[in-house]
Amino acid sequence: MIRFDNVSKTYPKQPRPALHDVSLEVEKGEFVFLVGSSGSGKSTFLRLVLKEERPSLGNIFVAGKDLGRLSNWKVPALRRQVGTVFQDFRLLPNKTVYQNVAFALEVIGKPRGTIRKVVPEVLDLVGLGGKEDRMPGELSGGEQQRVAIARAFVNRPMILIADEPTGNLDPQNSVGIMKLLDRINRTGTTILMATHDQAIVDQMRKRVIELEQGRLVRDQSRGVYGYQH
Amino acid sequence: MRAQFVLSEIGVGLRRNLTMTIAVIVSVALSLTLAGAGLLLRVQVNEMKDFWYDRVEVSIFLCGKSDKDAGCAGGEVSNEQREAIKAELSRMPLVEKTYYETKQEAFQHFKDQNKESPLSGSVTADQLPESFRVKLKDPTKYSVVASAFAGRPGVQSVQDQRKILEPFFKLLNNAQWAAIGVMGFMLLVAILLIVNTARVSAFSRRRETGIMRLVGASNLYIQLPFIMESAIAGLLGGALASGLLSTGFFFGVKKGLGRQFNAFELIGWGPVLATLPLLVVFGVLMSAIASFFTLLKYLKV
Repeated sequence: MIRFDNVSKTYPKQPRPALHDVSLEVEKGEFVFLVGSSGSGKSTFLRLVLKEERPSLGNIFVAGKDLGRLSNWKVPALRRQVGTVFQDFRLLPNKTVYQNVAFALEVIGKPRGTIRKVVPEVLDLVGLGGKEDRMPGELSGGEQQRVAIARAFVNRPMILIADEPTGNLDPQNSVGIMKLLDRINRTGTTILMATHDQAIVDQMRKRVIELEQGRLVRDQSRGVYGYQH
Repeated sequence: MRAQFVLSEIGVGLRRNLTMTIAVIVSVALSLTLAGAGLLLRVQVNEMKDFWYDRVEVSIFLCGKSDKDAGCAGGEVSNEQREAIKAELSRMPLVEKTYYETKQEAFQHFKDQNKESPLSGSVTADQLPESFRVKLKDPTKYSVVASAFAGRPGVQSVQDQRKILEPFFKLLNNAQWAAIGVMGFMLLVAILLIVNTARVSAFSRRRETGIMRLVGASNLYIQLPFIMESAIAGLLGGALASGLLSTGFFFGVKKGLGRQFNAFELIGWGPVLATLPLLVVFGVLMSAIASFFTLLKYLKV
């Protein structure tokens, strides 16, 4: 589902590469934690999967597509296959919960009938049934993140990328979000989650990929957060 | 494409940027009005050129008794000389028509033209030169006639009426260039305003566009509301320019100049009406293209 072949990424005017010779493969339906300290290259890794950046060296394959050969106008099609969730939720504050989720479908030209049908479904799935008309500001952080997950998942992407989705949440809400991501993973969606949350990684016992200064230093199935941390 | 969604986005954008949008509309309108006026002036000048050049002639003045010019050393033009010039003119393929004006006719014309002048009493028919009035098939080929007859015995001078009109047309030509120059600057201002407005608009909605990119909206879908916003401002600017130009034409030319001025034909509504759609189309295209290129830089994938 995601394959990196000897990928390096060097940003202009930075002596050290953000990623150095990283090769790995993530299969369909896997749940993968991406761990490492700040500046280890996690964000670069995620941006490369979304083709927000291009690698300096190496090849990247996502959802069966060679990103190096993917022309710019096909990038939107790629991003429809890859849902994204962030630490800061990134909801539109002037739209209701329903409108925030529907927005993701409106802007890719889905017919209104489909939107009316699938938005309530996905809101039920994330546990926000009955809160369609709330504004994001009226919701707790955990609920806001659920809206963001609903928006990322409403188009049923093959891959869900989560960049520290629990970073702004208390432990209780974090557990709720992890349960939700686990449920989404069980529908067959590949999940790639960058995190600093040791408790969550240790508890979930999923595959762990660790980056350190841009190098892949650990790839462990059913791993924990780290030996030395 | 969901038209309703795009339309509501456009409405939000225009309202959010109302002052900038008004600035764009006004500057587009002013620059297009100038452009339209320039175009109409051009039509007018061309029409005048056609009108006048159709009537201009080359005059070959023949020697009178008292002329001291180089060709007149032999005194008044003789019959043979006159006949020779006439024959030669009729052989020239360039000549369309020749008309001989006697001293008496010249005197009559002079009197008609200077009715109120005290001069008319003191001039006699003998003082005015007789002449051949030559109409050329191509008025620009004046020099062929001039070189054939100038300085020849019996010919006092060869005069091209075109030469008299030329400074006037030169003046009009310069006026046209001045209008184009001012229009160019106004257009520059308008385009910079459009670019800036599109940028502000994109910036104020960067959260929305960021999410659109993230969930895989196509570039067209992301850019269309912004481009349409500019295009609508351009459309309104073009419409306003059309109104200004028509009003200006009505009061300035139809009611103003046209009343007191009949030396030549002034253009009618035809060319004006033909110009207006051009202004509107140009306003829309200019705005849409300017904002498209702005956003290209701003909303990169």
